[in-house]
Amino acid sequence: MLALLRKDLQIELRTKETLAALLLLGLLTLVVLSFAFDPTSELRVEAAPGALWVAVIFAGVLGLNRSFLAERENDCLQGLLLCPVDRGTIYLAKTVSNFLFMMAAQLVMVPIFVFFFNLPATAALWSVLLSLALGVFGFAAVGTLFAAIAVRTRAREVMLPLLLLPLVVPLFIAGVKVTAHALGGKALGEVAPWLNLMVGFDVMLLVVAWLVFEYAVEE
Amino acid sequence: MGEPVVDARGLGRRFGGVAALNAVEISVAAGEAIAVFGPNGAGKTTLLRLLATLLRPTTGTLLLFGQAVSDGGAAARRRIGFLSHQSFLYPDLTPAENLDFYARMFKVPSPAARVRQMLEQVELEGWAHRPVRTLSRGLEQRCALARALLHEPALLLLDEPFTGLDVDAARTLSRMLQQARGRGATLLMTTHDVARGCEICTRAVILARGRLVWNGDISTSQREQFEHTYHAATHAAAT
Repeated sequence: MLALLRKDLQIELRTKETLAALLLLGLLTLVVLSFAFDPTSELRVEAAPGALWVAVIFAGVLGLNRSFLAERENDCLQGLLLCPVDRGTIYLAKTVSNFLFMMAAQLVMVPIFVFFFNLPATAALWSVLLSLALGVFGFAAVGTLFAAIAVRTRAREVMLPLLLLPLVVPLFIAGVKVTAHALGGKALGEVAPWLNLMVGFDVMLLVVAWLVFEYAVEE
Repeated sequence: MGEPVVDARGLGRRFGGVAALNAVEISVAAGEAIAVFGPNGAGKTTLLRLLATLLRPTTGTLLLFGQAVSDGGAAARRRIGFLSHQSFLYPDLTPAENLDFYARMFKVPSPAARVRQMLEQVELEGWAHRPVRTLSRGLEQRCALARALLHEPALLLLDEPFTGLDVDAARTLSRMLQQARGRGATLLMTTHDVARGCEICTRAVILARGRLVWNGDISTSQREQFEHTYHAATHAAAT
């Protein structure tokens, strides 16, 4: 698994294609949405969690679409499948690398989000990052499976969001709720049910996708 | 004679409604070299992909190294090398990085030394640190050959390996296949080139429309009959 992760990082460090795409689309979404609200309005703070998660979804779909493109060139996915590791390990490594790329983009996006939405840079940001980590993990878990399926279809750019987004709606609703509570200055304990929902969803998506991946990558 | 490396009984594979391979029976002993002939669409690549555990058979049973591959085939894959039309090399990584990656995936001991050795053998030292994207087809195929042989596989599956190679690269490939045979590797190679197939292999199978229509040695005594069957299969596929 470490060899697979190292290979994905090596390719990304050389091309910087996925991170650049994630950041560009994420930041653009945040900036455009921030201009929809009056900087002094309370509404801005209320809309901020939704704006952040919209940026996460847009950028995430783009990043996931790219994650199997490198495996498609020269039929590298077949090369991976020829290696003496089970398909589940390939899935886990791809999920972790997708998660790392998306979280790296979030670490750049969150300070810019705080700036453009005129939010106080408080300890609540750690709660925001926690909700992002949980949301992005579930997104990466199921997105990696669907990206592997979509990359073999002709309309993969359309196919991936169509398959993926309906499944992760509960995760994003919980993410928006946790982010809103955190930015509203409430303690993390108050949003425990939403956090539990996110953890539960993450575990469920990871296990189901891990079990199904073997069949998804076979012809 | 020891346990066969490949033992396929009634092996079949369908893609939707199309039967790409139908009730193929083939047994390959350790150290044998078999050429798989057949017209386009005969099922040669499907057979190789089944043997490489990249596809699951729809019907029949397949034993590799005496073990059923129903468990996913990870153990069998450790002993299989596959060379295809596609190189399976990451274009943004260099040959050295690609080989290092595959060496680690196959848990090759001392991967760095083995990578250097393979790069030397395929005469790619000068291109070792340039991205694969910048290499010619012949150089990329040499690197793919190094990838396929990196873990010293006991079973080598070669899908039209000489396609697109220049004279030098073809000579390197022939030499390395002879070396692999010398250390006891079993070889299965699809090809359209009868002369080349007969030069490297001792036995041939002919597939036509997914069925096995010839399975025998290609020694001088049987060569005429083999060529007649092959031309008949090719002609039937074209009409």
